Amino acid sequence: MSKNNLHVLFDDDDILLEAIKKIREKKYYINEVYTPFPVHGLDKALGLAPTRIAIAAFIYGCIGFTVAILMMNYIMIVDWPQNIGGKPSFSFIENMPSFVPIMFEMTVFFAAHLMVLTFYMKSKLWPFKKAENPNPLTTDNMFLIDMESGDDLNKLKVFLKKTGAVSIEVIEKNENEK
Amino acid sequence: MNKINMNEKYTISKQIKILAISFMLIGLAGIVYGFVSAPSNIEEAKAIVASKSHDSHHGSDHGESDHGESDHGESDHGESDHGESDHGESAHHLVDHDKHLLHQLQNKPWASIYVPALFFMLISLGVLAFYAIQRASQAGWSIVLFRVMEGITGYLLIGCISVLIILLMSGLHFNHLFIWMDPDVVAHDEIIRNKTSYLNLPFFFIRAIIYVSGWVLYRNITRRLSIEQDNSTDINIHKKLFNFSAGFLVFFLISESMMSWDWIMSIDPHWFSTLFGWYVFAGAWVSGVTTIAIITIYLKSIGYLKFVGDSHIHDLGKFMFAVSVFWAYLWFSQFMLIWYSNIPEEVTYFITRIEDYNFIFFGMVALNLIFPLIVLMNSDFKKTHFIVILTGIVIIVGHYIDVFNMIMPSAVGDQWSIGFSEIGGFLFFLGLFILVVFREISKAPLLASGDPFAEESKGFKYYYYD
Repeated sequence: MSKNNLHVLFDDDDILLEAIKKIREKKYYINEVYTPFPVHGLDKALGLAPTRIAIAAFIYGCIGFTVAILMMNYIMIVDWPQNIGGKPSFSFIENMPSFVPIMFEMTVFFAAHLMVLTFYMKSKLWPFKKAENPNPLTTDNMFLIDMESGDDLNKLKVFLKKTGAVSIEVIEKNENEK
Repeated sequence: MNKINMNEKYTISKQIKILAISFMLIGLAGIVYGFVSAPSNIEEAKAIVASKSHDSHHGSDHGESDHGESDHGESDHGESDHGESDHGESAHHLVDHDKHLLHQLQNKPWASIYVPALFFMLISLGVLAFYAIQRASQAGWSIVLFRVMEGITGYLLIGCISVLIILLMSGLHFNHLFIWMDPDVVAHDEIIRNKTSYLNLPFFFIRAIIYVSGWVLYRNITRRLSIEQDNSTDINIHKKLFNFSAGFLVFFLISESMMSWDWIMSIDPHWFSTLFGWYVFAGAWVSGVTTIAIITIYLKSIGYLKFVGDSHIHDLGKFMFAVSVFWAYLWFSQFMLIWYSNIPEEVTYFITRIEDYNFIFFGMVALNLIFPLIVLMNSDFKKTHFIVILTGIVIIVGHYIDVFNMIMPSAVGDQWSIGFSEIGGFLFFLGLFILVVFREISKAPLLASGDPFAEESKGFKYYYYD
């Protein structure tokens, strides 16, 4: 009997987290978990590497900060100096305080937007993409573990029921897909 | 966590007592020296200024940047480098000027005890507001820190009284910190005259007493209820604490803002800024949270507060980071609008600070914004005790300089220095603060175990940790 995929449904996030710990202890392989909302601690339970989005955000923020400085310097000092409020703008540093709000906004703008784009790319999301979740219940109130069945299906089913699974569905693997 | 004694109490150690008392004694010596060495007449004042400019910048930056007081002082001693310009500007101006200088130098020891008195009172007040927010929002994480917060707010009464005494001395004309208290000044100043319906001595002290009694009353009621709760299962105590805290926050919002106008902004009676109250509060809040973190880590390091975990320290670190940014936002909002609009009566406030206090004025921004922003940005650093303490000390020093910058330029102008009286004043109130706070902490069990959220707080974990 070839290895199949299992779709195991849970109806509570705490039970799900406990179940994942037990499943991983038994050395079964979990492909993916689908939840209707972000579950705190799920990444730890699955043993995923810590996210690096914070580092990316910091770098994006620095880029935004630099762009704002270069932009304001070009617009207000180099290209078209203007006398605003009795402050002739021939020097960047003397006019810096009035550029601070712009630097701040550009930092936030770059960090936020590039972070979202990065997240979409890492999660392979784009407009009009077909949804990947195997069971529409995971957009409502159910949590789904997509895992490999291993050798002894019946023993696994008994084990999963004990961890609190609501239903277990065996998915025959399509050979062409593989 | 194995066994935790619910009623564990802190006993104040001898070292802390000796440290605090020696700080106070050294501080007292500095303060006394400051008062004794203050000039009592115009000749002495001129001599002090002249000798100072001989010592420090004789010959170096003579003609170019120095202006105002110090040059006048020298010229009167025959060294004269402004002879050609405004000698003819009538002797009257010079006399006024010298009197002004005398007042500034006489203010100096007063201002240098007013700054620390105010600063440590504000720490206590900031913690009281933070405590009220925790109570009113029925936060679950912070119960384990309540006794530390209550210990710090124990300083509030003494802190307020020391500020009030200095204000009273001002009102009785022992010093000229607040020029609007001088009827002679008011008579010649139309702007202050138009403000006398608010800025007059009786109303000023009535207001001060209302603020102080409101804060101290709330503090004592909640402290009593909190200790009563330890041996009680009555949920009504919790409800009462909630109600008092919510009511107090409304009172605090108004009284703190007015306090900052009265006790800080009115030292410069021509100038005003509409967000000054928030700005002072943000400073008090961040110094307060920092003090909570420092004292908590200290108590943990000597074996108390076993129920306080990394997650609690992490949350305090987040507050230190966030409120530092909030403070900087208010500082910059105040600075930029005034700098940009450039209206003479407003911008003079910053001109004094930028010309005479340049290094500490901008250095303070580096300490209060840039340092915590960069260091505490990393998630792991927020729970590393060493780094929280280090950043905490930088924040405390930074905000002390912030209060220094609020008071000194208006009180002593460019005659400021960091000398015996300034360091002495700081040490004296630091010692007093340490003594009072640790004694207050030792009076009650370290865990507010009767609080309905006590168990939740003990088990509180930032989900990212195991």
